[in-house]
Amino acid sequence: MKKVFGIPKSLTKIPFTYCPGCHHGIAHRLIAEVLDEFRIREKTIGISPVGCAVFTYVFFNCDMICAAHGRAPAVATGIKRSKPDSIVFTYQGDGDLAAIGTAEIVHTANRGENITVIFINNAIYGMTGGQMAPTTLVGQVTQTSPYGRDPKTMGYPLKVAEMLSTLKGVAYISRVALSKPAYVLKAKKAIKKAFQTQIEGKGFSLVEVLSTCPTNWGLSPIEANKWLEENMIPYYPLGEFKTPEEVS
Amino acid sequence: MVEKMLMKGNEAIGEAAIRAGCHFYFGYPITPQSELAAYMSKKLPKIKNAAFIQAESEIAAINMVYGAAATGARALTSSSSPGISLKQEGISYIACAELPCVIVNIQRGGPGLGSIQPGQADYFQATKGGGHGDYHLIVLAPSTVQELVDLTIDAFDLADKYQNPVMILGDGLLGQMMESVEFKKRKKVDLPDKKGWALTGCKGRKKYCIVPFNLDPYEMEKVNFKIQEKYNKLKEKEVRYETVNLDNADLIVVAYGTVARIAKTVIQNAKSEEINIGLIRPITLFPFPEKIIAETSEKVNKCLVVEMSLGQMVEDVKLAVNGKAEINFYGRVGGVIPTQSEILTEIKKYFK
Repeated sequence: MKKVFGIPKSLTKIPFTYCPGCHHGIAHRLIAEVLDEFRIREKTIGISPVGCAVFTYVFFNCDMICAAHGRAPAVATGIKRSKPDSIVFTYQGDGDLAAIGTAEIVHTANRGENITVIFINNAIYGMTGGQMAPTTLVGQVTQTSPYGRDPKTMGYPLKVAEMLSTLKGVAYISRVALSKPAYVLKAKKAIKKAFQTQIEGKGFSLVEVLSTCPTNWGLSPIEANKWLEENMIPYYPLGEFKTPEEVS
Repeated sequence: MVEKMLMKGNEAIGEAAIRAGCHFYFGYPITPQSELAAYMSKKLPKIKNAAFIQAESEIAAINMVYGAAATGARALTSSSSPGISLKQEGISYIACAELPCVIVNIQRGGPGLGSIQPGQADYFQATKGGGHGDYHLIVLAPSTVQELVDLTIDAFDLADKYQNPVMILGDGLLGQMMESVEFKKRKKVDLPDKKGWALTGCKGRKKYCIVPFNLDPYEMEKVNFKIQEKYNKLKEKEVRYETVNLDNADLIVVAYGTVARIAKTVIQNAKSEEINIGLIRPITLFPFPEKIIAETSEKVNKCLVVEMSLGQMVEDVKLAVNGKAEINFYGRVGGVIPTQSEILTEIKKYFK
């Protein structure tokens, strides 16, 4: 009998530790499938962030290193510059990339470092228990915005994909979601393009992945998918923001 | 013949690093060490597969070092006092991950933005860990430009040997001064292979992970014990110091770096006044040369610690001596360098 579905080689067999309905697992699998399809697992070095996804080093079956909060793009830069033949990716959440690590992501992108960033935007801090993130929506209630995010004092949610696509050094930027199968297929394509951009040496690539955090949003997994589609997608439109011609 | 060159301290460090096989430099401009970054920006682009990056911050620079060191490459960053403070989180990660790298601190006057003149007030930060958690750097304290060269090369070897970050603790005077230096041919040192941990892609082997954390406290305690063992070994095997005129000394000066240089002149000047002074100059600040200080001070019973701080290394001297001798202290700070006559006047106080 022909095997048609299984665990990608680029994932270990260790079960994910994420909450029910969280999208990290889907995002991990898509990255792993892409590493398998390009046959680059054995030359890939991944950088895990601080936050729920710190355990990506357990789940990806390739060389991995844990970075300090927000610093993954700088670590990736050091790795890629000293091992230019390797494939380097960071996996970062919104607190990591869009708050404490803004300097690193902006300058890594601006230098056009030939790395791939998978940016998980779930509009909240997950691991620390649901505090306001830079990407938390206006009016969204979190542990540290108990009356809802008020832009007058807390600013507006940061649009990372749009912001970074203004930089000349950036080759590929896309925003995707994972809340329904059609989105998952598109997300896979985007992640594949991002890695292809790197393989072809075209420069910095980033995929912003809109994700759920049912636990900290206080919603069931199904409600969370609906909330994402009704609230996040209108503010964070899906699509490609920048593509090098050759990989579009 | 060994080539002799007239070089500025900061540039000499750069040349020594390159000769030690360090092809990756990440840094951020700050006075009085900027010439080192400038030197690397000139030289590294001419070397195949080397990289110089002027990072967006000190924080980014040390994390680039973390990345490069993780692949097994020799990597360097440098800064001066306030910038070194910014690097501390990254240094703690590197120490926990047991990665070799070299960090240069060309100290200036502190605290805060301080001044741009020489200082030694980062001693605590350098020798006691500096960042969070129980860890130490190997700390080397040169006192001449030649020693900047020699210790920079040693630093890379020590880092590889112990899989531990090494700090060169200089100061603005050493970094800015020009002296003639030689790059002598050195014996090849046997160093451990990096193949067992360096991230190079998992072709033909199991995946490697560099993980400076563990949520299981008992496992994290084991990590602590493991790196602690290394520090004990360092204390046993890598202590370095220089002694001058210890025989028949009436008083021992303990000083390092620039101040030790000044103290050497004081020894000469004091002779004409028939005061016999000895000097112990720690070359490794961690591991600290406790034994020689304890033995000598007990014999002489008069000891003056001179620093460009308000009393930092003196604490380690007191710990070493453990109450068995009189320990005195003289310090200037904020970028002020103590003069020879000032030190001699201070010494004379103890002979009244």
